[in-house]
Amino acid sequence: MTSVRTLLEKPWIWSFVGAVVVWLATIAFTGGYGAGGMVTAALSLAVFTVIVGVGQMFVITLGPGNVDLSLPANIGLASAVAMKVMGGSDSMILVGLLAALACGAAIGAINYLLIWALRIPPIIATLSASFIIQSVDISYGRGLQIKPPPGFADFTNWQVLGIPVLAMLTVIFTIGAALALQRMIYGRSVLAIGQNIRAAWLAGVHVGRIRFLTYTLCGALGGIDGALLAGYFRGANVDIGNEYLLASIAVVVIGGTSVAGGKANVPGVWGAGLFLVLLLTMLNTFGVSAGVRLLLTGLIIVGVITAAGGEKAVR
Amino acid sequence: MTAIAPGTVPKASPRGSAARARMLRGLLPALSLALVLLAIAWLNPRAISYFGFNLMLNLAIPIALATIAQMFVIAGNELDLSIGTFVGFVGCVTATWLRDAPLIGILVLIGSIGVYALLGALIHLRNLPSIVVTLGMSFVWQGLAILILPKPGGKAPEWLLSIMSFKPPYVPFPILAALLIAAVVHFGLMRTSYGVILRGSGGNAAALRRAGWSLLKTKIVLFALTGLFGVLSGMALIGITTSADANIGNGYTLLSIAGVILGGGEFVGGRVSPIGAVIGALTLALAASPLLTFMHIPPDWQVAANGAILIIVLAARVLISRRER
Repeated sequence: MTSVRTLLEKPWIWSFVGAVVVWLATIAFTGGYGAGGMVTAALSLAVFTVIVGVGQMFVITLGPGNVDLSLPANIGLASAVAMKVMGGSDSMILVGLLAALACGAAIGAINYLLIWALRIPPIIATLSASFIIQSVDISYGRGLQIKPPPGFADFTNWQVLGIPVLAMLTVIFTIGAALALQRMIYGRSVLAIGQNIRAAWLAGVHVGRIRFLTYTLCGALGGIDGALLAGYFRGANVDIGNEYLLASIAVVVIGGTSVAGGKANVPGVWGAGLFLVLLLTMLNTFGVSAGVRLLLTGLIIVGVITAAGGEKAVR
Repeated sequence: MTAIAPGTVPKASPRGSAARARMLRGLLPALSLALVLLAIAWLNPRAISYFGFNLMLNLAIPIALATIAQMFVIAGNELDLSIGTFVGFVGCVTATWLRDAPLIGILVLIGSIGVYALLGALIHLRNLPSIVVTLGMSFVWQGLAILILPKPGGKAPEWLLSIMSFKPPYVPFPILAALLIAAVVHFGLMRTSYGVILRGSGGNAAALRRAGWSLLKTKIVLFALTGLFGVLSGMALIGITTSADANIGNGYTLLSIAGVILGGGEFVGGRVSPIGAVIGALTLALAASPLLTFMHIPPDWQVAANGAILIIVLAARVLISRRER
């Protein structure tokens, strides 16, 4: 009984509960048909949200006002860079992935450079940066319809026993991220900065370096995500990352990470990612129109966040 | 969001230059607008005319109204990520119901302001992050807009069209409207006693509560005002474009936030400026396309130029305030 109670007190449990409820509602509607396929599809789509969600989570944990709005543009540019470098040949897959990673990391570094040098709020800095990245992408990717190398496309769609391999790898990655957050000096520093940047600075945390690392990390994850998306959907395009602006923020917060910073939650990102994907699947299964789907998605997000409640007031 | 960001390190500034720094800070938005105007005048002198301003500032009124809407929530340390889709929703209502069945249209618009007020109450009572709640609401407004107007179309009511195409003598209408908006909001928020309370809810909520003011009420009022100006923005937009589209306002979320910050506002601390916000909106409206067209920047790079202008203006702000310190 106590174990159930401690489980219920975990902030991330609600996102998983939500995901399961939505899944049950859908298979109740279809009469059990396609229950397994739905999980497979949800896992393979949730991966992309989880990867950027983890990056966004580290950034948001840095404290109020920290958020990376350049992720969609970043994903778009990195997907184009990856596809161009790979050039459709299997031997270049690794080089292409590294190029996407470097491209994303560079964008993250530039983001922090703007925040640091101009002392502007991260929201505005990453927003301005995203305008510029978008233009670079439009100009660079003009008429670009390069398909991913067959090996890479197969890899991103590869399943073992109905479980996407990419999802397994992402689970390993998120475990690593959780360890980094809770057990490594880097993660503890991020949390400390989010709780009180001045106290962290006085305690000897290298505030500037940690923030720089975090924005770079978030950018790099966006870059990798772009490359994987281009592989999964078999082609890069400018708009490929558009939905990940809202999705990356939504999974972080629904997953129980504090928007005020200093409190992060890795498992919740998975729960919320699955929840959002399954929610879309459910509404599609019900056959509702685009308007109703958006309306219900919004109402459910507001409902979930209201039910889960904000953290209690500090004062 | 808590009332006071723990991250803000108090700025050490000697008392003597503090007033001067504040004045220069206040002048910065106007300076950046003047800079953009000068650039336009230099590139194309004929644009600086009654007709030219009417054309260039065509969309400035809805942008200014949306920026003011955003400013109210920012004054209370919140952020509204749904204002863009809300403007689109209002646009769809304006182009359909407000024309065909004015009574229903008016009721729906008033109701939507009520929804905003409820959101403010919800955010305060449950201590929710406004970013997420408004993020969710952005889906709701967009969904409703698509349900009302699945395909671009509709038509603005005649009276709205005639208001928006009003051509006063000597001064172009957008400039007149911007002055009016800035003056009204400046008086309400900066010069009345309840305006001080509203800004105080962002500056020091704890002190305000101890003094006996209801924070619930301030939050409701701030959100309702955002809703009101969002409605005005949507209606003004449709008065100009004459027909609506569910996605018509999507860009306004980021534009409005950028406008508030360009105008000297800050995300925390209740430090906002209505006049600055309107000037910021005008700067963005001018920098968005007329300036870039005159500079012969290819369409591919226009978005980048927007970002660059935003960065340059903010960099100038840092340079000036650093020198003052």
